[in-house]
Amino acid sequence: MAFFIASSPHEHNRSKTSALMRLVIMATIPGIFAQWYFFGWGNLIHIGIAITCALITEFIVLSLRNKPLNKYLLDGSAILTAILLGISIPALAPWWITVIGSIFAILVVKQLYGGLGHNAFNPAMAAYVLLLVSFPVQMTNWQPPLSLLPIDLDFNNALSTIFTGFTLEGYSVEQLRTHIDGFTMATPLDTLKTNLTLGLTLDEIHRAMPMVFGENFALGWEWVNAGFLLGGVFLLIKRAIHWSIPVSFLGSMLIFSFIAYSFNPDLNPPTMFHWLAGGTMLGAFFILTDPVTCATSVKGRLIFGALAGFLVILIRNIGGYPDAIAFSVLLCNMAAPLIDQYTIPRAYGQGTSKNTEELK
Amino acid sequence: MSSIISRIKKGQWWKFHGGIHPPQQKHFTYNKPIRNIAMPEELILPLKQHIGQKGELIVSVGDKVLKGQPLTQSHHPMAVPIHAPTSGTVKAIHDAPVAHPSGFNEPCLFLEPDGNDTWKKRVLCENYQQLSHQAIIDKIANAGIAGMGGAGFPSHIKLNTKPEIEFLIINGAECEPYITADDLLMREHCNTIVEGIKILDYILKPQHILIAIEDNKPEAIKAIQQASANENNIQVCVIPTKYPTGGEKQLIKTLTGQEVPHGALPNSLGIVMQNVATCFAIAEAVIDDIPLIRRVVTVTGKAVEKPQNVWALLGTPVKHLLTQCQYQPQPKEHLIMGGPMMGFSLPNSYVGIIKTTNCILAPTAKEIPNEDNEVECIRCGQCADVCPSQLLPQELQWHAKAKNYDQLTKYNLFDCIECGACAYVCPSQIPLVYYYRIAKAEIRYQQQQELKAEKAKARFEARKKRLALEKIKREEKHRKAAEARRAAMNSNSAEAQSAKSAVAAALARAKAKKAQTAEQQESSKSQENIVEKNTSDKKSAVAAAIARAKAKKSKTAPKVEEVVEKTNKPAKAAATQQEAVPAVDSKKAQVAAAIARAKAKKETQNKTTKTTKTTKADQTKSSNTTTAKPDATKATKTVTKKTAEKQKATSKKTQSKAKPAASTTKKVTAKAKAAPKRTTANQKVTKDTKTNDNEKTNNIAVTSAENAEIKAQKIKAAVAKAKAKKAAETNDANNQNTQESDKKQRIAAAIAKAKAKKQQLNQQQQEST
Repeated sequence: MAFFIASSPHEHNRSKTSALMRLVIMATIPGIFAQWYFFGWGNLIHIGIAITCALITEFIVLSLRNKPLNKYLLDGSAILTAILLGISIPALAPWWITVIGSIFAILVVKQLYGGLGHNAFNPAMAAYVLLLVSFPVQMTNWQPPLSLLPIDLDFNNALSTIFTGFTLEGYSVEQLRTHIDGFTMATPLDTLKTNLTLGLTLDEIHRAMPMVFGENFALGWEWVNAGFLLGGVFLLIKRAIHWSIPVSFLGSMLIFSFIAYSFNPDLNPPTMFHWLAGGTMLGAFFILTDPVTCATSVKGRLIFGALAGFLVILIRNIGGYPDAIAFSVLLCNMAAPLIDQYTIPRAYGQGTSKNTEELK
Repeated sequence: MSSIISRIKKGQWWKFHGGIHPPQQKHFTYNKPIRNIAMPEELILPLKQHIGQKGELIVSVGDKVLKGQPLTQSHHPMAVPIHAPTSGTVKAIHDAPVAHPSGFNEPCLFLEPDGNDTWKKRVLCENYQQLSHQAIIDKIANAGIAGMGGAGFPSHIKLNTKPEIEFLIINGAECEPYITADDLLMREHCNTIVEGIKILDYILKPQHILIAIEDNKPEAIKAIQQASANENNIQVCVIPTKYPTGGEKQLIKTLTGQEVPHGALPNSLGIVMQNVATCFAIAEAVIDDIPLIRRVVTVTGKAVEKPQNVWALLGTPVKHLLTQCQYQPQPKEHLIMGGPMMGFSLPNSYVGIIKTTNCILAPTAKEIPNEDNEVECIRCGQCADVCPSQLLPQELQWHAKAKNYDQLTKYNLFDCIECGACAYVCPSQIPLVYYYRIAKAEIRYQQQQELKAEKAKARFEARKKRLALEKIKREEKHRKAAEARRAAMNSNSAEAQSAKSAVAAALARAKAKKAQTAEQQESSKSQENIVEKNTSDKKSAVAAAIARAKAKKSKTAPKVEEVVEKTNKPAKAAATQQEAVPAVDSKKAQVAAAIARAKAKKETQNKTTKTTKTTKADQTKSSNTTTAKPDATKATKTVTKKTAEKQKATSKKTQSKAKPAASTTKKVTAKAKAAPKRTTANQKVTKDTKTNDNEKTNNIAVTSAENAEIKAQKIKAAVAKAKAKKAAETNDANNQNTQESDKKQRIAAAIAKAKAKKQQLNQQQQEST
């Protein structure tokens, strides 16, 4: 009778990629909850659309590539990509934005590069950037927090707006964004960027539109970021992600925003604003830490995170876009292989002092 | 140094990178004593049970061996002998599956125990300190002791170390899950182990002895601490449990903070490490003269009902151990020799326990699943986090799959200790170590090939050089020889003179002959002419004889006439005999002449048939014999003269000599008789005579020995046929002249008659002269 032959090790800790993905998906819950709380059902609807499209695309491509569906379809990677994309898209953006984005993310960015583990860029962020540069109007129609809305944006209204462009009562997205005082509200980062380009100082902007920023740093957004930070800490505790990237990313943002703030506090927002506005925490714990597209070694990841933080501050403060997570992530994805080349860790017994002496 | 000791005394350890904490699973066996098991029916002893060379067998099939008797021996330093684990009979020696990851068959000795367990004569050593270091090391080597922790490195090599030893580390970490063999050995035989350590201390004289035991073995720690309480330089180190702390490099790092440099052995750091089981074996070998014939093996796993540590004789089949521990056959059988992390699957259970076997793990399918759940790597980096060699396993597997061997070397693949931590944690369940093993083997193979190619190239270059040198030497030699010859020629020595004169004489002869040939060519136009010319020639006597012969011939039948015609030439030859004979100065020339003669005869036959035509001879006859092409016959015409000349060169004596020769070639004759194709023969001869023609135009005398030499090859081929024919003819003439029915025979008969006449003529000539 033939015995079973296997290569050592025979023991395994029984962890699975899909389990890892599930963990990450679970960790997004606090952030999504905050998003729902402050911005309504919009993002949840988008997440639903994105997951559906992503799974259908994944199914078709896997079938075409003759890959085992049971292994790959529900490994969670496509779902995670869809969730991240759904989170990133403005809550009341039209439905086709998400459809295009999720199909592009799965079909082009992930599967055309070779599928799971072979993509050079983060699929969600690549799709986000595609949408941002292709449909700038729809992608910047950020809805203000529910508390600032003149109408009650319930689930049906959100659904109707996403699929028809109008609420059940017939308000357009543009009307929803208009403040009682008559000006269009945007995200704190957007407001800041727009008004800074108009020549205002931070102080003046805050005084002109206090409601956008709320009592603390960025109304609504600070809590969304806090939610993702909570999820991130959960992942750190679960050792699903390595501490190196979030730490170096946030640290680098701290350093560079502090430098900019010290240089000119009138034109450069403080660190806490950078940390808690836009997609900072989502990027730090869920996007940059995507293992496929980040650097490999600890040293490499520290460099990777620091570079991303630097780029975010650079683009936010000097560049033309209000937020910069997606761009800096893609730029860092490109740099990752190079970083890997120069950050190979010293192996045991390699390059020790005795060893080099012998070589000499 | 002192800081290391103070740290150790404080219980502070360095941390090696990575490491994992797999479920220990030691509870199956750790609380049961080491059991003695029944003697197996057969022992399977691989000749090689360690790293290095196998020894040469010193027993043969059928031999009765005693317990502890060596079965192999070798003078190779990396070879250790194996011993008979019990007394019995050598049943067989052949290749069989052995306990090795490769699964290859290797030579094994099959021993049938006789049940008496009779020891060989042992020499107990009361006080090993009276022995020299070398004597003890020899004892250890002769006891066949090789590292029992897993690698099987011959222990005496480690002990034969030159540099000063700072640390002797005794490895009792036993970090692999399931295995408790060392644990139990330390608990039950701590005194013997300490004895062994003292022997090592005596040989190595280390500054410190560290016994490293993981903190999950409190009883073993206690036992060893008690046993070594009186030894000042022995320090029991209780180290944290982490896999793979028991790895040599990792343990050195943990205890001393030092790293063994890449490609070096620990003794380059002044460190020697031995396993506790090895220490036990050393103590037994040195003091009690017990070679390494048994070891503790943990038989465990959920598929065995009574998991326990057992004393297993080396060679005990795994099946026997499993039976002893009540193995429950599984639907999908999977046996692992060694631990679950670094052990290997056994091809079957008829494999003998070897010196490095510390565990037999028989898991259930649920315990250690056998599914292949490999998915794509997502580069999560968990493998890199746990790698004790601080490698990047995810990058390595990437390059290993792509067969990018340069990159693998760059990523330090060969620093991988194959501990399996990376594969253990991999969420994509990639069998990383498996890929590394393949890549390592591939790289090693490539390196060997490269080495071979380099050697071959060096060999080729050397050969080319040698050939060139030889060529130069040869040319030099030839040049010198030529110079010497030239010098000799130019000098006035007697030899040179004689050589010169000989050459000159030869040339003169050749010229003379040429002149004659020219004359004869003219005369060959018609028979009458020949006769007339001949009569006008010096040898008119011969001509006269010919004329007489003709006269006779005219009376005879036309057939005979043509033959007679032929006899003209021999007659002439006889006449010129005295002149020609001196020219034949070598044997070869003689042979050549004989050949030529033979040819000449044939030629003359052709010729005569032709002439017969002109002289209104029997036309049917001539058409039969003369099938050669017109131009060929033309050539033969001219050549006839030349052959005639040759005939001249040959004496009557040589002719008569040729006859016995012909008789010796009777076999050939028979052949010739059986299948004579005269026409082809003629053609052949024609060819030959053509070459003769060329020779003639070259003004080189046919009689000259040199020419004969040059032609020797070509002629030889013709010789056989010609001789055969001649012989046939002569034979025919002698024996078969009555058989007129055959045309050939008739001709032959005619030839014979003609010869007879010729001889008569010769005689007459001689008489007349």
